[in-house]
Amino acid sequence: MDWSLIISNTFRSGITQTAIIYILAAIGMNLHVGYTGLMNFGQVGFMAVGAYGVGISTSYYDLPLPVGILVGLGCGVVLALLLGMPTLRLRADYLGIVTIAAAEIIRLVMKYQKFKDWSGGTNGINGFADDFQAWNPMTTSAKYGFEIGPLDLRFTGGDLWEMAIGWTLVLLAVLVMWRLVNSPWGRVLKSVREDENAARAMGKSIFRFKMQSLMLGGLFGTVAGMFYAISNNSVQPDNYSRAFTFFALTVAILGGLGRVWGPVIGGVLFWMLLSGVENLLKEGVTNDHIPESIMDGVQVGQVRFMLVGLGLMSLMIFRPQGIFGDKREIAIDARK
Amino acid sequence: MPESDDFVEFGKTAGGGGAGRVRDTDWPNPAAHAFDDCIEEPGSPKPDPILVATGVQRHFGGLTAVDVATMQIQRGAITALIGPNGAGKTTFFNLLSGFDRPDQGEVYFDGARITNVAPHLLAKRGMVRTFQLTKVLAKLSVLENMKLAGQLQAGESMWKALLPPLWKHQEKAIEAKALEILDEFNMVHMQHEFAGALSGGQRKLLEMARSMMTDPQVIMLDEPMAGVNPALTQSLLGHVKRMRSQGITVVFVEHDMDVVRDISDWVVVMAEGIVVAEGRASSVGANPAVIDAYLGTSHAALTGEHTA
Repeated sequence: MDWSLIISNTFRSGITQTAIIYILAAIGMNLHVGYTGLMNFGQVGFMAVGAYGVGISTSYYDLPLPVGILVGLGCGVVLALLLGMPTLRLRADYLGIVTIAAAEIIRLVMKYQKFKDWSGGTNGINGFADDFQAWNPMTTSAKYGFEIGPLDLRFTGGDLWEMAIGWTLVLLAVLVMWRLVNSPWGRVLKSVREDENAARAMGKSIFRFKMQSLMLGGLFGTVAGMFYAISNNSVQPDNYSRAFTFFALTVAILGGLGRVWGPVIGGVLFWMLLSGVENLLKEGVTNDHIPESIMDGVQVGQVRFMLVGLGLMSLMIFRPQGIFGDKREIAIDARK
Repeated sequence: MPESDDFVEFGKTAGGGGAGRVRDTDWPNPAAHAFDDCIEEPGSPKPDPILVATGVQRHFGGLTAVDVATMQIQRGAITALIGPNGAGKTTFFNLLSGFDRPDQGEVYFDGARITNVAPHLLAKRGMVRTFQLTKVLAKLSVLENMKLAGQLQAGESMWKALLPPLWKHQEKAIEAKALEILDEFNMVHMQHEFAGALSGGQRKLLEMARSMMTDPQVIMLDEPMAGVNPALTQSLLGHVKRMRSQGITVVFVEHDMDVVRDISDWVVVMAEGIVVAEGRASSVGANPAVIDAYLGTSHAALTGEHTA
């Protein structure tokens, strides 16, 4: 067993680009589900419009990358308006259904072969964000970093640049969230989550607050999608499927819904857990500690999800408030 | 046992509790003589109505839930809305407070037409309501529940919320006001509790206290005493009388006739969607239309003091 490899891969998964993408998306879902009670099950739709917004505007329309990023953000706002206008007056579950459907429609339209000159069809769009690495002050292919004991913390300049930008975005998002949820605005969101009619009776325009929440949380998703696209220098339609939303929701719940740092801790742990289990199994299979009659290298990917799924189920049973949540709040839910 | 003869006779002490009973003299009644010239009949005009409903109808399918030809509610008084189950009291309440829209008819508040005005706008204009099933915000603290009800908060703008200097000052003022009102309701010691951890009666208190945060002109209470123990009932009654003494108009739906007799200046009786009687609390129970409406089931309760 190569423990150094297992430990290094596990740790690195918690802080590299994939974790960052999920954390950004989960911060938005935390605002929706955790603070406002909006059942947005289509966060990946916001990611997709961000990714395709920047991808299409830079490749098909030849706009510079910074302009493309603004276009992506604009697409996120438009999507929030389109989704919110008809559904925010309805009960929470309707929004859930509409958002799932909308996200799927976006993915399928982008994948549609007849539009392939525009959106790339099944091939997606590639190589539109070369500028991003051109702005990198480090040498893209050189290795930076250090080793502590078994832990290998050396990354290429390209990865480090992406991680630096990604974590800056995460910190900014957390800062904005922290400021907002501890303000009177955040108080109204929480009251909408608890009881819309009570908030209404206190003179609050519920629709306005829900729309602002949908838009801001959606924009965090849009940023996540653009970061995904730009850091990979590629947009692939099938990367924006339903599963992504539910993993992001898992990340938010794991950290604790309605907690500012919840999605960050949740995202880091979720990816360390997945990668840790995967690397353990992989090493176990390679070194014949796990007999082939049970699993071989190909099945590792599935088995890790089974095990992590079991672990998450136990967490929900024994610590339903997530890692950061307040147990007293869950007790209140039980009393209602 | 008439303890004050100026507006209404006390009924028998509710539930025999009576602890901390508030006497009328503690909270003077500014509306004591407002109804002196009022005729006791459905739709009777009031000297200074703050809420007026005319021709208000609400149908659910083939059922006419509410059909009120005219009803006026006197400013600064406590008006009770009573009637048997299914009389349309809560539906009428929803129509008055904007939570439901009438199929026909108009509602006026302080002279202005408010038919179809959204409920949050009515709250901003000074008409606040509570709910039959108490709606506290369970996962917010008592103090946060109170602070939510502060009006015209700059920090409720998403952009301004990002810059605390723009709202910190107002937030402090709102908190001071919230604590003052909580103090009046003897709830300061609970300010950091989750509202969801309060008992049913405490939630009713909190809902009332929170309504006071909006500086209402009219406060509408939907069954404020339901499920509250007798001792707390007395305290709630005291708070309602205090609201009146502060010039607030109170409209409430209630089933408990002792409560109705104790605090209301005027009683409106509904049955099957229409107003069947209006009158002073002391006399409305003897009205044949009211006895008929209750089909004898509450006959004894309504006329208890006359037969006893």
